[in-house]
Amino acid sequence: MNTLTEKTVLDFVYAEARMLDEQRFDDWLQLFTDDGYYWMPLTHNQPDPRLHTSLLYEDKLLLQVRIERLHGKRTFSQQPHSRSHHLLQLPTVESMDAAKGEAVVRTAFHYVETRVDEQQLYAGWVTHTLVMQDGVLKIKLKKVELVNCDAAFGNIQLFM
Amino acid sequence: MSKYRNNPAAVRALVRETEVHKDAYIDQEVFDLEMEQVFTNSWVYVGHASQIPNKGDYYTTTVGDQPVVMVRHSDDSIKVLHNRCPHKGVKVAGEGCGNTGKFFRCPYHAWTFKTDGSLLSIPLKNGYTDTGFESCEASHGMAAVKNVQVYRDFVFCRLANEGISFEEFFGDSLTTIDNMVDRSPVGKLEVAGGVLRYINNCNWKMLVDNQTDTCHPMVAHESSAGTAVDVWKRAPEGTPKPMAVELFAPFASPYEFFEKMGIRVWPNGHGHTGVSDSIHADYSAIPDYWEAMVANYGEDRAKQILGECRHNTVYFPNMTMKGPIQAMRVFKPLGPGKTLVESWTFRLVGAPDILLERTLMYTRLINAPTSVVAHDDTEMYERAQEVLHSRGRDWVNLQRLYDGSEQPDVSTVTNGTNEWQMRNQMRAWVKFMGPAAKAE
Ligand code: FES
Ligand SMILES: [Fe+2]
Repeated sequence: MNTLTEKTVLDFVYAEARMLDEQRFDDWLQLFTDDGYYWMPLTHNQPDPRLHTSLLYEDKLLLQVRIERLHGKRTFSQQPHSRSHHLLQLPTVESMDAAKGEAVVRTAFHYVETRVDEQQLYAGWVTHTLVMQDGVLKIKLKKVELVNCDAAFGNIQLFM
Repeated sequence: MSKYRNNPAAVRALVRETEVHKDAYIDQEVFDLEMEQVFTNSWVYVGHASQIPNKGDYYTTTVGDQPVVMVRHSDDSIKVLHNRCPHKGVKVAGEGCGNTGKFFRCPYHAWTFKTDGSLLSIPLKNGYTDTGFESCEASHGMAAVKNVQVYRDFVFCRLANEGISFEEFFGDSLTTIDNMVDRSPVGKLEVAGGVLRYINNCNWKMLVDNQTDTCHPMVAHESSAGTAVDVWKRAPEGTPKPMAVELFAPFASPYEFFEKMGIRVWPNGHGHTGVSDSIHADYSAIPDYWEAMVANYGEDRAKQILGECRHNTVYFPNMTMKGPIQAMRVFKPLGPGKTLVESWTFRLVGAPDILLERTLMYTRLINAPTSVVAHDDTEMYERAQEVLHSRGRDWVNLQRLYDGSEQPDVSTVTNGTNEWQMRNQMRAWVKFMGPAAKAE
């Protein structure tokens, strides 16, 4: 049973990044609420994921497809697999309501994705909207804002 | 000694009836000739009128390797100018779009140009009196592209001063643009939702080729579309089918589906998949949309418009359109092995917002740098680009369903897995190479 404190929130953010770098994707998906979303806007201060397109805006079902695909025998773009590395700055709690079990936390990051000889560096800020559900902290929204969100990119295959 | 420049026979020999030589995809000199000829002699897509609704609005882009700016002139016409200052060569209009007012002002020495490119003013102008300035090209200002055509708000240009007319170049292929525009209850489109930009390390022609490659989805996209269908099958009974699954699932259709849907080819390298059926044919009805269409067109005409379900239309050389989902892609060549893919999306003016939402979801799921469908396509193009120089084989094969009686530049409908449209594109490529490939 977790209580919502600054420490639990920060530990959560670090643990989540580590899960991704260790490629424990099935566990990672369980961190999301059933109505959770992962969002990477395409423009700065983009208010709306619905009538403006995004680099990524996916619910749990689509994230599930993504994760299952990564392991597929015929997933050619993952033969060989990509790897990732997160470097996080100390997160800041933007708001917290312990009684309601809600917190918003913002973290600056550098993210590296590699595949064979290629290494790409991305930088940005991730904002987690977290909620306490039955004593467990979950992600309602993970919003990843790249500093160069409107640049032309090659393949981005894993999760930031 | 160059291999292809000033050697039209060698350029011509790159394209056989059913095969294309690897140098067409990897050779720098061939690429340079494409930029000078194919992208100059053809009508190339520039932009959409809705991007520059007001006088002085501009949008910068490229036509082949040529930097241009599309601008709304003071008489409301649309001009396309070479975006290069005649003074010392600085790019005049900055990146992207904006409003320049009545004139462009170069940021280096403040020469100004009317929005038709003509020179308006130079600071300390008397420094040019008696210098013979009038006979210099600089006195004519920014070079304007002479041949610009706006078709139902889609702006095209032909950089070459002389050449094939717009009508002859596109012919019946314009029916795809018509159908996309007609899908708006008021017959109007607006660029909307932002543009996805994706770098592919491959030749631009591979992307165009892929648009009518109907034998790859069930193979290359098994991992994405197949997985989406599997995940959906496990959803609890009674769960409504999500829009995303509806968009993904048709990619997993069997060969027979693609064979039956048909391919149509037109002269000058244009063509489309999805004649009688397509991956876009089975989307759910959108509440209120049908009613709005009937109110404007009447039931018969509305049925006819929405019954047309073309999949990918290729507008030679480098633009492709999906009418039923209101999406367009432009393949901008950056080098023999590098292409910028832009995915543009449109709002059907007068239609419910959910249509735009579906359009955006489609391009995000299928064409974004994060798209699991695009990942496998790009993997294929990049693997090809990586090894095409192999001396083990020299040719790319486009032979499927070829029969010896196939004529160039015809309009016809054929089996949906025929590689005719790919051959059609390459025949047009030779044709629009012009003098660089002309028989003596
Ligand atoms: S370079 Fe443009 S004014 Fe001098
Ligand atoms: Fe594909």
